[in-house]
Amino acid sequence: MTATSALQPDLSTSLGRLALDAPVLTASGCAAAGRELDGYFDITKIGAIVTKSIMLEARSGRATPRMAETPSGMINSIGLQGPGIESFIEHDLSWLRKRGAKAIVSIAGNNVLEFGRLARRLRGVEGVAAIEINISCPNVANRGLVFACNLGSAQEVVAEVRRHAAPEVPLLAKLSPDVTDIVEIARGVVDAGADGLSMINTLLGMVIDPVTLRPKLGGRTGGLSGPAIRPVAVRAVYQVHAAMPQVPILGMGGIRSGRDALEFLAAGASAVSVGTAIFNDPSAPMRIQNELADELRSRGFERLRDVIGIAHRSIEE
Amino acid sequence: MTQFRARLAANKAVGEYRHLVFITSAELPPVRPGHFAAVAVGGPDSAMLLRRAFSIHRVQTKATVGTTIELVVAPKGPGTKWLTSQPEGAVVDMIAPLGKPFTLPKAPVACVIVAGGYGAAPMIGLAEQLRSRGCRVDVVLGASTEGRLYGVLDLKRIADSISITTDDGSLGTQGYVSDVLPDVMRRADTGVVYACGPMGMLQAVSTIAAQTGAIAQCAVEESMACGVGVCMTCVLPVVGDDGLTRMVRSCTDGPVFRGDRVRWSEVGTVPSDCVGAPKPEGH
Repeated sequence: MTATSALQPDLSTSLGRLALDAPVLTASGCAAAGRELDGYFDITKIGAIVTKSIMLEARSGRATPRMAETPSGMINSIGLQGPGIESFIEHDLSWLRKRGAKAIVSIAGNNVLEFGRLARRLRGVEGVAAIEINISCPNVANRGLVFACNLGSAQEVVAEVRRHAAPEVPLLAKLSPDVTDIVEIARGVVDAGADGLSMINTLLGMVIDPVTLRPKLGGRTGGLSGPAIRPVAVRAVYQVHAAMPQVPILGMGGIRSGRDALEFLAAGASAVSVGTAIFNDPSAPMRIQNELADELRSRGFERLRDVIGIAHRSIEE
Repeated sequence: MTQFRARLAANKAVGEYRHLVFITSAELPPVRPGHFAAVAVGGPDSAMLLRRAFSIHRVQTKATVGTTIELVVAPKGPGTKWLTSQPEGAVVDMIAPLGKPFTLPKAPVACVIVAGGYGAAPMIGLAEQLRSRGCRVDVVLGASTEGRLYGVLDLKRIADSISITTDDGSLGTQGYVSDVLPDVMRRADTGVVYACGPMGMLQAVSTIAAQTGAIAQCAVEESMACGVGVCMTCVLPVVGDDGLTRMVRSCTDGPVFRGDRVRWSEVGTVPSDCVGAPKPEGH
């Protein structure tokens, strides 16, 4: 082994204006607000914690059963259970700040105005590295409320958040894959003021209980996640990066290993989030980050940045 | 809690269950009755991503061997079937101890242990600890059939009395544990009931305890995706100290709850007076 190949590759990256010392983040809804995972790995050593989508008020979420295991994945209908923005800022965000972890705050509103109020409430609050706008949660009462499935609604939400959020705070819009043309939605939210894109949220799905022959989840439909959806996510990242190579993408969807993370980077993501894999292995974000370093090193990459979007270049380059 | 690798050292049939003994060199925090373990199933590339949670039967640490963790597993679905079919020497990824265990009484008080099926697994250690504190311990075990009872001989050895019920009458009284529990409690002047088993049983036990003024401590079995508090799937409606009902996690706030705090008849729903409950116009 040569001296060069033994070196730790430079894993630093950025999502637009947001500089990240490390490329692996948690995915919203799969890490709560980081505290539970801190006993499994040092949460300050990964790129950031993307917190579970927070709403204005406390929210109970949906009835159980809230999940079912599916082949290489799971389907969930949690329904955005959470304590509301005030409690979140006081207890969760302040804990993350004291812990020294970078926090990207995911917000979700019932309507456009609520998104704006959440963004305004976060103005001046310390420890908000970025805001992820969850316009794509499938677990809402009315499927028509998935803002990210409609270009106009998606743009309206992002524009409202941009209007109210602190100008220096980067905004990531989280997109749903359940659309005809994800590039069109991506372009639209960037035009409306998103600095970057989080891709992808879960796919809407359903499981029928073989005993009752009725939908298994309390919410009937739910969001499908895990390695089963990874090729869908990689395709979405690839398409959007091809159309808008200058727009930073936080890639996610079924990442379980360093090699999976590498696929997203090659497709055009600048950083990745680990979600459902955390349920299988609470140490997964740290493990995957270490595996990614090994994957890069074994291929001779000295900098993570050199692999971003490489799948778009011809093999001769 | 600790995440560690454990080697399967023994895998034996006990009635319709499998008694699994794992060995690890990892150092575990103190394990108490009611704590559970979350085990990854299917190997490192498994298509079954969700951990399976099991109440811990027994933990022992020996300087020469390491720590043994014993689980009693019912082969029901693909995950438990995989786990129970592993050969000795197989290695699994485990997290333990998880959850809030049973609370032990400070003064000697008459206790009843009620368990359904493999719910008896954590109760043997509990019975031993209660006895060592000078508590009277009566035991009521129930199952659908004799092969699904667990720990009868162990608990017979420890307890002051034991009552058994089976749905089919194959052993003990035909019926449910709730049919015999009131009599046992009356005879022993029971102050605390410890229960582990299916929701319906826990609800019945809590109702009986409330009628006699006894405290019920119930370990619930709710399906979990992660077991460590991040997924929010294992929730049930529980009344807090402030009198408000919240959907709380059975993995981190439980699995042991006071019986009078759980809104048993509304498990599987979100009560309309729950904090943050959906409004009539929708969530």
